[in-house]
Amino acid sequence: MSAVYQIEHLKKNYGDRTVLDIDELQIQAGEILALVGPSGAGKSTLLRLLNFLETATQGTIAYSGVAQNGNVPIATRRQITTVFQRPVLLRANVRDNVAYGLGLRGMNVDGSVDAMLDRVGLKSLARAMAHKLSGGEMQRVALARALVIDPQVLLLDEPTANLDPYNVGLIEEIVRRHNRERGTTVILVTHNVFQAKRLAHRVGLMLSGKLIEIQNTSAFFDFPSDPRTAAFVRGEMVY
Amino acid sequence: MDELVTGFFQAIQLIFSLDPALYEIISLSLSVSGTALAISVVIGVPVGAALGLSRVRARGFITALLYTGMGLPPVVVGLFVYLMLSRSGPFGVLGWLFTPSAMIVAQVIIAFPLVAGLTMTAVQGVDSSLRLQVRSLGATRWQETWAVLREARLGVVAAIVAAFGGIVSEVGAVMLVGGNIDGKTRVLTTAIVLNTRTGEFAAAIALGIILLALAFIANVAMLQLQRRAGD
Repeated sequence: MSAVYQIEHLKKNYGDRTVLDIDELQIQAGEILALVGPSGAGKSTLLRLLNFLETATQGTIAYSGVAQNGNVPIATRRQITTVFQRPVLLRANVRDNVAYGLGLRGMNVDGSVDAMLDRVGLKSLARAMAHKLSGGEMQRVALARALVIDPQVLLLDEPTANLDPYNVGLIEEIVRRHNRERGTTVILVTHNVFQAKRLAHRVGLMLSGKLIEIQNTSAFFDFPSDPRTAAFVRGEMVY
Repeated sequence: MDELVTGFFQAIQLIFSLDPALYEIISLSLSVSGTALAISVVIGVPVGAALGLSRVRARGFITALLYTGMGLPPVVVGLFVYLMLSRSGPFGVLGWLFTPSAMIVAQVIIAFPLVAGLTMTAVQGVDSSLRLQVRSLGATRWQETWAVLREARLGVVAAIVAAFGGIVSEVGAVMLVGGNIDGKTRVLTTAIVLNTRTGEFAAAIALGIILLALAFIANVAMLQLQRRAGD
C-alpha cells in the first residue's frame, strides 16, 4: 500500500490556542483509519485540514506524494470529501441532493445516482424533499452524496452520532462495502470505540490535539502501548 | 356608508367598461413599477448577496444604511429626486422631471434598499455549515456562492415581492416627480388621490380595487413560488 497522506510537523492554531499538533502521521491508501478521543481532541480539525477546507498554521500535508500548501488545486480537492456529523442537505429532493457533487463536476447523473440510492436504501424516497426525512435517512442521503462521486478519500466526522442502531449498522455496512469494492481510503472520527473496533484497520487516539498512539485495531485494543490508550479503551476518563 | 357601497358597484361597472383611460393608467403603473423593480433586482440581489456572504468590516455600517433606506419616506425620496432633476439641479439637463423616467428613478431608490437588505438577511439566514459542506463536495468559490443563493431563494422572492408592494402602492414620490399629468404620468395611486379630491369616488374605489388586486396577485404568485421552492 502507498501513502495517500504524509503529515509532518502539522500544527493548527486558532489565535493563541494550539488545537492540533501532530509530529508525523502516514495514512495508507485503501485503509480504514479510525480516530478516537474526547471532544476537543483535534479530530475534526484534522479532518478539515485533510479535506483542505482549512490551512495549517505550520507543517505539511502531502497528498499522493505532493505537498499541498495554500491553494490546493480543485482537481485534488475533488478526490476527497467529508460526511459531517450533522447532515447539511440542500433544499431539494433526495435525488438532486445525491446528484449534487456529480453536477459540480459536470458529470452524468443518471445511472450512478439511482444505483447509489438503491445501495443506501432510499430508492423509494428519491422524489421526497430531503429536509423532510428522518435523521437516519438524511445521514444516508449525505453518505450517498459523498460516495456517488467515488472519492479517493472519504472523511467521516462522527457520522452515526445520534442515530439509532439500525441506521448505524446500515451506514457501517455501506462504508465497509465501499472501502472493500472501490478501495476508498476512509478516515473515521468517532467517540464510539466499539464502532472503531468494528470498522477500522487501524485506530489512533488523540488527546489535546496530539496523536497519542496509532496501531492496528487488534493491537490498539488488546496491547496498547500508552497507558492513556489503555485507560481510554477501558472506558476511563483520560482527559 | 351608502356612498361607499354605491361607489363599489360603480367601480365594478367601470372596471368592466373597458375604459381606455383606466387601462392606460393601469398600464403605466405596471410599466413604471415593473421597470423600477427590474432595475432594483438586477442591482439589489447581487449587492445583498455580496453583503450577506462577505465579512468586511464596513458591513455593519452598510447594513445600517440599507436598513435606514428600507424605511425611507417616499415623499422625501420624491423631494430628493425632484431637486436632482429640476432644471437647476445636477441632472436637470436630462429633462426627466414630470416624465415616467423620473418616476422610475424615484421608485428604484425606494425599492433598492428593500431588495438588497432583505436579500442580505436571507443569505445570512442560510446554514453556515452549508458552505463548508458544498466545498467539501468539490464546489469552486462560485459554485459555493450559487449554492448559498439557491438556498436563500425563498427570502429573495419575498424581498422582490415586498419591494413591488412598496413601490406600486406609494404615492408621495411619483406625485412629486411625475406631476400626475393626465395621459402621461398618471398612475393608480396618483389617480386615486385626484379622484378622491374631486369627489369621483366610484373611479377612486375602482382604482383602489385594481391596486389591491395587483398586490393580491403579486402575493399569490410569491406564495406559489415559495411553495414550489420549499416543497
